Amino acid sequence: MSESVSVGAHPGGAALGRRRDPARRPAAGPGARAAHARKLGVRTIALGYLALLLAAPLVMIFYRTFEHGLIPVWNAITAPNAVHAFWLSIEIVAIVVPLNTVFGIGMALLLERGHPRGRALLGMLVDLPFAISPVVVGLALVLVYGKTGWFGDWLAAHGIQVIFSVPGMVIATAVVSLPFVARETVPVLRELGTDAEQAAATLGASRWQTLLRITLPAIRWAVVYGVVLTTARALGEFGAVSIVSGRIEGQTQTLPLYVQDRFENFDVTGAYTAAVVLALLALATLLAMNLLARRSASRTPV
Amino acid sequence: MAIEVRNVTKRFGDFVALDDVCIGVADGALTALLGPSGSGKSTLLRIIGGLETPDSGTVAIGGRDVTDTPARMRDVGFVFQHYAPFKHMTVKDNVAFGLTVRRRPKAEIRERVTELLDLVRLEGLADRYPAQLSGGQLQRMALARALAVQPKVLLLDEPFGALDAQVRAELREWLRRLHDEIHVTTIFVTHDQEEAMDVAEQIVVMNLGRIEQAGTPNELYESPRNEFVMSFVGPVNRLDDMSFMRPHDIQILPSNDGEGTEALIERVVHLGFEVRVELKLEDGREIWAQVTRERAHELELHEGQILAVRLPPPRVFTPSA
Repeated sequence: MSESVSVGAHPGGAALGRRRDPARRPAAGPGARAAHARKLGVRTIALGYLALLLAAPLVMIFYRTFEHGLIPVWNAITAPNAVHAFWLSIEIVAIVVPLNTVFGIGMALLLERGHPRGRALLGMLVDLPFAISPVVVGLALVLVYGKTGWFGDWLAAHGIQVIFSVPGMVIATAVVSLPFVARETVPVLRELGTDAEQAAATLGASRWQTLLRITLPAIRWAVVYGVVLTTARALGEFGAVSIVSGRIEGQTQTLPLYVQDRFENFDVTGAYTAAVVLALLALATLLAMNLLARRSASRTPV
Repeated sequence: MAIEVRNVTKRFGDFVALDDVCIGVADGALTALLGPSGSGKSTLLRIIGGLETPDSGTVAIGGRDVTDTPARMRDVGFVFQHYAPFKHMTVKDNVAFGLTVRRRPKAEIRERVTELLDLVRLEGLADRYPAQLSGGQLQRMALARALAVQPKVLLLDEPFGALDAQVRAELREWLRRLHDEIHVTTIFVTHDQEEAMDVAEQIVVMNLGRIEQAGTPNELYESPRNEFVMSFVGPVNRLDDMSFMRPHDIQILPSNDGEGTEALIERVVHLGFEVRVELKLEDGREIWAQVTRERAHELELHEGQILAVRLPPPRVFTPSA
């Protein structure tokens, strides 16, 4: 393309164009075909991998759920323990996600704008829940908050039960979904730089005004993405919650725990139905984010 | 004095960015901080604006000591090198920002924004977003935004650095006229001596965290205090470490009358009205002379020609301690 422009522009360009062409063309024929084949190969592998690991199992779950028609599914959905598990999952998400969003934004601001001592160490601490197995998190929480734990006596004396009840499940879920918002927001804050914030300050904005009007709007998509990941993680959390909840039917069973319980009791339809509900909730979260992103993108070109 | 900087020192780790710097800027003046990168000029500007705090020394704006006053209370307008646009806001919301956070009445804000957009000639672009503006337009938006709060002092960090040559020339001219119109005390940072000479009434030449000389463009050009100012302000031939010669002081003679020095023309470069003649002297030293187009034509200057030049007495500096 550049050649044809310079040919028209001045004679020197034409000579240059002629000289350059033969060097490129011969390589283009077979080279392009090979590149095409490579691209196809890569795509096949990527899609095949996805199909094998993700699509096929998902499709199977949907298929097995609705295998015997809608009536067993309806019965499974309206079973009291299923309904309870659904609402408990929603409740935990509704508590954990706002908490971790505020914490995540605050931590990201501290890491990127606060110049804390031991910044690297702090960043590693935030990432720790990613590295530790959720089961370990659950056990650790039992050690701290359980009957024989550090705070056990104190909590028991004040009539607060953390382990084997909802507060413990909220804490466990909060721990395992802790890093998402901060991890998504930190690189965006770094990339953003401090110029706009400093400009706001020279224009008379207080720190609070700068945060609300400049920084938060600039990082909003990172935060939204972090929130979606947090939600998905909180909805699906099994290991840590499994340990701290005690899995009491109709009391401390979240949807994933309920799925496990149904599966172990050979109630296949119940297990699959709950699994489908979980999958649909996750899909709805993703969809909501996409819609939000698209609507906002049509309004502001950023 | 609109701005008074006294004995300001600033270190970043081991690096001394500013070393006991003092400057005073008169009310309504248009001043350039000129120096190579790493000379401390941007740091000085940021200290005046309250974006950095000095390790020692004081800053006063309009007679008030503001050394410990945060940026937002200083009444300065700051234009950043890359304009720092608020990307999620329209042009008019960007310009209105300073007034919005001060909670001025809506009608007043609207009126003032319209007035400013007229001033910077962005009338038609009020509802655009920064991503839809060119570099020059962003620059003018940033300027309008800074002026909206009627600052006592306007500070610009490399205001033309990121623009292409033609837009830069236009904006320089425009900034000077704007300054004539609104007379706000203005300091801008630049590494381009031509830009400083063109726009500023006063130039402060900086190097290695120190002020080398301050004065009008003419003073700096005619009587540079040391070899750094001599070599940084205006075109120059450096004969050896401490002696210099301006290229336009070198005369090319029509014939060697015995007074001149013999020289060989190595290259003739036509830059419009000005012609740059690169010469090799008898003793092997290489210098260049600046002549007018007419003069070059008259003497039929061409490469490989051997002719005579009359050299002015070189300006010799003594090394400063």
